[in-house]
Amino acid sequence: MSADERLDVVVSVVLRVGVTLAAVLVAAGGILYLAGHAHDAPDHRVFRGAPQGLTHLGGIFTGVLSLDPLFVIQLGLVILIATPVARVVVCAGAFGLERDWVYTVVSLLVLGLLLFSIAANAI
Amino acid sequence: MLGFCGLVFLASAIAGFLGSLTGLGGGVVVTPVLTLLFHVDLRYAMGASLVSVIATSSGAASAYVREGFSNVRIGLFLEIATTAGAIVGARLLTHTPTEALSVIFGVVLLGSAYMSTRPAPRHVEVSDDSLAHRLRLAGSYPTANGVREYGVRHVTGGFSMMFSAGILSGLLGIGSGALKVIAMDQVMRIPFKVSTATSNFMIGVTAAASAGVYLGRGYITPEITMPVMLGVLAGSLAGSRVLAGAEVKVLRLVFAFVVGALAIEMIYGGVTGRL
Repeated sequence: MSADERLDVVVSVVLRVGVTLAAVLVAAGGILYLAGHAHDAPDHRVFRGAPQGLTHLGGIFTGVLSLDPLFVIQLGLVILIATPVARVVVCAGAFGLERDWVYTVVSLLVLGLLLFSIAANAI
Repeated sequence: MLGFCGLVFLASAIAGFLGSLTGLGGGVVVTPVLTLLFHVDLRYAMGASLVSVIATSSGAASAYVREGFSNVRIGLFLEIATTAGAIVGARLLTHTPTEALSVIFGVVLLGSAYMSTRPAPRHVEVSDDSLAHRLRLAGSYPTANGVREYGVRHVTGGFSMMFSAGILSGLLGIGSGALKVIAMDQVMRIPFKVSTATSNFMIGVTAAASAGVYLGRGYITPEITMPVMLGVLAGSLAGSRVLAGAEVKVLRLVFAFVVGALAIEMIYGGVTGRL
């Protein structure tokens, strides 16, 4: 197996594991949430924004500790968002190991843009 | 809430199923369905759609990469443009009134519905341009007649188009798959199958680049995103398992027509301010 083919396999596994883990958490949180709020009337016509704690990583990680279903769902969504980021990390590492400096730099550039955007808006 | 979540899950599953079967993608249909049918605010709908797009594209890319269709080098290089564009798009979003967003969304939706009705071109370029050569973008992919090599042209043109695809993705909470495929397949002359597979590979990273803004601004709300994400994911997985047969051609036309109608409704809703 060539280095490129090995990278393909690792990338494929990272993506599948990330999406599966996210879906499991979202489904588990969803079931817990509906069990407690089945008869609430939904109202999403007017935009109020998600509650404070759910809009940044710190709040989501602390909220999950109390096992609040909405925070469990949100953690699943954060893991989903982190999945492509993890894929770029894997690419950077793999190209670095191959001493393919052009693509190591390309991967790190993409990673930098992603982390900058997340850090500037949702920490 | 149970009824709302159930119906949204069902609608999202249908959108994901038809989206993956016809190649239009599920996320782009979810937003008009949520706003027009379920009267969800456009910003919540775009947040749910953006997250769902990461789920479906990563799921599809996982299979494509392993099968050797996605070109990781092309994807990574063009992601510089799409992530930068997405950051700009998400920034624009926070300054754009909802009515204008709805109109822009409708126009983009109309464009992708039209593109989905056109037949996939069959061409394989064998030579690289000089930038493609220096970046070693050329690759090979499996076909019915064995592994086939291809070259890559017009890298700068494709790169700039990817920047626009990124802007639209960040501005509208979509994957911009249609535009990404055009950039690779029409401009860079990359084989269609490799273009769609590499587009799926890039969509997750592009969407993740604007997800910080969506999360931070409260567009991603768990009660709405939960049934949408699970529905679109389940639907698109089912769609990718159905073999592409002759009837898909008719289905694609019907679906494009429905999407076109939704698009016009979005434009109308935006112009009259009723959305």
